[in-house]
Amino acid sequence: MKSKTAAAPYLVWMVVFILVPMVLVVFFAFTDQSGAFTLKNIAGVGQYSNVFLRSIWLGAAATAISLLLGYPLAYIIAHSGVRRQNAMILLVMLPMWMNFLLRTYAWMTLLEDNGIINTLLAGSGLPKLHMINTQGAVVLGMLYNYMPYMILPIYSVLTKIDVSVVEAAQDLGADRRAVFSKVILPMSTPGVISGVTMVFVPAVSTFIISKMLGGGGNLLIGDLIDMQFLGSAYNPNLGSAISLVLMVLILICMGIMNQFDEGEESQGGMLL
Amino acid sequence: MTKTISKIYAGLIYLFLYAPIFVLIIFSFNDSSTMSRSVWSGFSMRWYRQLFQDRLIMEALENTLVIAVVSSVIATALGTAAAIGINGMKQWKRRLVMNMTNFPMVNPEIVTGVSLMLLFVFFARAMGGISLGMGSLILAHITFSLPYVILSILPKLRQMDPHLYEAAQDLGCPPVSSFFRVVLPEIIPGVVTGMIMAFTLSIDDFVISYFTSGTTQTLPIYIYSMTRKRISPEINALSTLLFGVILVLLAVVNIRQSRDQKKELEREGA
Repeated sequence: MKSKTAAAPYLVWMVVFILVPMVLVVFFAFTDQSGAFTLKNIAGVGQYSNVFLRSIWLGAAATAISLLLGYPLAYIIAHSGVRRQNAMILLVMLPMWMNFLLRTYAWMTLLEDNGIINTLLAGSGLPKLHMINTQGAVVLGMLYNYMPYMILPIYSVLTKIDVSVVEAAQDLGADRRAVFSKVILPMSTPGVISGVTMVFVPAVSTFIISKMLGGGGNLLIGDLIDMQFLGSAYNPNLGSAISLVLMVLILICMGIMNQFDEGEESQGGMLL
Repeated sequence: MTKTISKIYAGLIYLFLYAPIFVLIIFSFNDSSTMSRSVWSGFSMRWYRQLFQDRLIMEALENTLVIAVVSSVIATALGTAAAIGINGMKQWKRRLVMNMTNFPMVNPEIVTGVSLMLLFVFFARAMGGISLGMGSLILAHITFSLPYVILSILPKLRQMDPHLYEAAQDLGCPPVSSFFRVVLPEIIPGVVTGMIMAFTLSIDDFVISYFTSGTTQTLPIYIYSMTRKRISPEINALSTLLFGVILVLLAVVNIRQSRDQKKELEREGA
């Protein structure tokens, strides 16, 4: 089909609504309120390095835990019968279809000091736990919201591994552990990589989960950006600088992750 | 032995994934006075009644649906044309455009939201008119749905025999009608999937809407303000209803998909 012009409206759209806005972020990051060039905003990001470190630390913790918990589940699903596989995968995706504010709100109900978990604990004579408004609660919220993004790509890579490769390894004398560590694990790296990015990126840039489950004390990068644009500390120039740093940070992380992925052209791997 | 362990393990993870949802559903029928979210005091439908009498919620729902319908239709039209154009591009050009297409999907949502907010505010100031509201929300939603539409159509185009279109034209069919009579029927499953995806993404979006809505309320934005301000079991009722709608939608999509698969199998068998 020679229909090169068909993409033209889309290209214009992308320029206006993706490229120009990004240029504006850069422009605002390097100017002050009067529009004059300044490095003050970028330098100002430095004072929030503790917030950046906290976001990265909590995001990385949530990513690591969801990999540790999600990989075995993906493996179990991939090795079930076909009908069962479809049902199990559907069950992993179903919560994602529920608005994530509502899912996070549900955890507020569970974790509160007088919430359901504590009511159950008290009912069985155990001491109450303080869970809400802690860093643990924030990590739990991230884990809960984003774990499906870890399970799905790993599952889809695991199902594509050719059974005969596994059989060949077994024929050559590999035991179960060797089959897993020498064959299955290396072959599933692309899935792990896309899972890690799909969990880490939203986790590190969230501002809802920290607000709802972390109370006021566990400010993350997202909260900081929110405050500069729609909050009390209105300063879009500083906000743009923080956004720019966040974006660069994530692009670097993804660049590093892609180093592990041997140049396979990924299709995005999005599952509905 | 290992089978039992893996069953228990899977069960535990699913419990983790579903416990909060069940809690929401159960407590949506709780007959409590507003203060407690976690003490059961009898079955009641009062929160559902209250939900439907809440004018603000109904208004937010209407906005959400209008935005979802308009943005998904426009995104599907633009995206279908774009996919056809991209499919016909040369290697390096296609790679460039695909990288640009993937960018909004890997960029943190909050940055996309903030950048669009800057764009709308900046232009409103420059032109002295349009600011944040329904218009900016629709534009933003089209923007973030487009990549998903394109990615669901491109594989179908690649599977299609490129000569079909040429054959139609050789037989005297004008380009526009050969698109509608030859190309579109081939890629329609991808187009429909893309549209459903755009629709659901639009209904569900909070982060980008939050930065581009101004004072306009969509359902997720309203839910957000509810969770911030007061404790209200109405949220539980609302979530239960939404979950029900999602279940129905998902069932429809799944039936469609399995029908498609069956058709493909039959076609391959023939």
